[in-house]
Amino acid sequence: MTTTTARGAVPARKATGTGTGNAAPRGRRRTRSDLRVALLFIAPALIGFVAFYLVPSIRGVYLSFTEYSVLGDPTWIGTKNYTAIFADDLFWNAMAVTVQYVALNIGFQTAIALGLALLMHNVAKSTFIRGALLLPFLVANVIVALLWFWMLDYQLGIVNEVINWLGLPRIAFFGSEQWAIPTIAGVNVWRHMGYTALLIFAGLQSIPNHVYEVASLDGASPTRTFWSITMPLLRPVLVLVLVVTVIGSFQVFDTVAVTTGGGPINASRVIQMYIYQKAFGESDFGYASALSVILFVILALVAFVQMKFLKGNESDLD
Amino acid sequence: MKKTLGAVAAAAAIAISLSACGGSAPASTEAKGEINYWLWDANQLPAYKQCADDFTKANPDIKVKITQRGWDDYWTTLTNGFVAGTAPDVFTNHLSKYPEYAAKKQLLSLDEAVAKDGIKLESYTKGLPELWVGQDGKRYGLPKDWDTVGLFYNKAMTDSAGLTAEQMANLDWNPQDGGSYEKAIAHLTVDEKGVRGDEAGFDKNNVAVYGLGLAGSGSGQGQTEWSFLSATTGWTATDKNPWGTKFNYDDPKFQETIAWWAGLTEKGYMPKLETTVGASLADNFGAGKAAINTTGDWLIGQYQSYKGVKTAFAPTPKGPDGKRASMFNGLADSVWAGTKNPAASVKWVEYLASTACQDVVASKAVVFPALTSSSEKAAEAFKAKGTDVSAFTTHVKEGTTFLFPIADKAAKVDGIMKPAMDAVLSGKKPASSLTEANDQVNALFK
Repeated sequence: MTTTTARGAVPARKATGTGTGNAAPRGRRRTRSDLRVALLFIAPALIGFVAFYLVPSIRGVYLSFTEYSVLGDPTWIGTKNYTAIFADDLFWNAMAVTVQYVALNIGFQTAIALGLALLMHNVAKSTFIRGALLLPFLVANVIVALLWFWMLDYQLGIVNEVINWLGLPRIAFFGSEQWAIPTIAGVNVWRHMGYTALLIFAGLQSIPNHVYEVASLDGASPTRTFWSITMPLLRPVLVLVLVVTVIGSFQVFDTVAVTTGGGPINASRVIQMYIYQKAFGESDFGYASALSVILFVILALVAFVQMKFLKGNESDLD
Repeated sequence: MKKTLGAVAAAAAIAISLSACGGSAPASTEAKGEINYWLWDANQLPAYKQCADDFTKANPDIKVKITQRGWDDYWTTLTNGFVAGTAPDVFTNHLSKYPEYAAKKQLLSLDEAVAKDGIKLESYTKGLPELWVGQDGKRYGLPKDWDTVGLFYNKAMTDSAGLTAEQMANLDWNPQDGGSYEKAIAHLTVDEKGVRGDEAGFDKNNVAVYGLGLAGSGSGQGQTEWSFLSATTGWTATDKNPWGTKFNYDDPKFQETIAWWAGLTEKGYMPKLETTVGASLADNFGAGKAAINTTGDWLIGQYQSYKGVKTAFAPTPKGPDGKRASMFNGLADSVWAGTKNPAASVKWVEYLASTACQDVVASKAVVFPALTSSSEKAAEAFKAKGTDVSAFTTHVKEGTTFLFPIADKAAKVDGIMKPAMDAVLSGKKPASSLTEANDQVNALFK
């Protein structure tokens, strides 16, 4: 985005040659001068990408083949970390817990967000209400987690006071093995649903009105319109939203870190929490890097599968 | 969307790239400049601020900048600081952490300074100075303060239960029936209808006040949770202390103790483990949800600050060996090996360990300083505030303390023992399952 807007400021003679690829038939000189300007504008993003993503990632892959405790030098141990991971019960537990979290989080979040987006599109047209939906997202993750942590406290939390007042047994939301992951998933659904709804809402707005007009002329019911027009035309946006939220969901960490810390027992030890514990708690950076590489591969696969099978890069509008 | 870990990774990446240039700066041999000092206990901050002011008055060339960080952030920030070259020159150190730092050569040995400046190690409370000598025989800290554990109880509740202070101070315990300790706990437990835990018709599922509060499972040390019980059975956590390499969580004496303790939950005398996630042990005590808490003397001040709750203190119960027991934990100040100002840092550590500073700490009546003379002054200061701390000092006087288990790989041991103890305490697994955890722990040292 930044590069495209910045391009507007380039003197007019450059305006003809947009994009280095298209400019190829116009001769080498022109391409090269374009490349130089392009590089200049890409530089800030590129430097950031190289310094904060590419180099650390490559170093992380290297470290995953070593034994490394930060204080001291890494020693090369080949694929030992990886073979150890596959025999590590806690790793498999962490993966199972993470998948459970992602399923709950994405399932509820997407369904609720879609509902909210439809409401925003058709009913709640006031900017105030639309803005209010986004409020939870404006509060920092850790604050949201702590807020709910206290409201859901077993002995002193307001939610349990209400439950008790209703004559029902108190619930150890963050303390019991059955409730920990659903509770954490719920907290994050609450925080992210408004934001996700906003993304889907933007997708809804891009569906041209005349399609709906034709549908109503043909006498299609609202349900039929939703499944036959809204959903197919919304698909590219939904796929994008799903890819982004699923990746984000797999990386859940802060909410767990400030509430349960992975407990009770291992019930909420999600993969990022386990990586953090290995690296910063037990100073086992080699092992933690190997775990991170595995997570990276899994996320890449998930994103690929989603894009491929949900055809996220094609629109049905054409 | 969830950027936190990314930020941490980025910070770590910067840290790693900076570490290359961290160590090259020339270390100053002159004792002057600014030094950074870290501690985690906010209750002690005022005392140390005054120490720093006094120190700068005596050494105008040295300024001390004090930073206080909560326990949870303290250690990760410190480790990152070691790597990034931004760690404090001097910091409060803990027995569970320093072995690893010493092994990774992050701590400055203080032997030379002790010899040169003639620091009398025998003037510290017995046992404390030796704790800070590493596996390599070098000294990595000068003792700062010590702590023991005791019973903190709600005076109004024991009064209405008809338990006198003398009875509370003379409880006994055994792992079979819990002795008079369990009887007191049962009697202090009250359900929502007002029926006591040892009376007929007690409803263990609707308890209003628990006899004994619960902080957590205590992981592998159980400093304030169970160590004062298990030690009276003759059990020790490791084959030798310090620097044990074989753990004894498979010992029936230990497992019996834990089984008895976990049984309190089943009987309804102690909250379920799952309910302890959230509000702290002390806050639940302040809210009147528990009659007795077992915890350390560093929390005396906090327990006295709850409005409308009168807290009294009793020593831990006598065990099967006829004696009491308390884990003895001592903190110390250490100098970071990467300090740019070793001379000034050592001078500050020596000042922190001196009578001048420890008397200031004593006068605030928050903890017991390591120097025997200052420790006595602290007891007097507590007394002046109307607090009887004999429950904590008795262990030192009668020699019933045992040392915090100091071992290498403490974080990894903790990573195994915490979930294992949680599982036992929440009733998911029997105490005998700790044998398996013990095998995993011992495998770390092979």
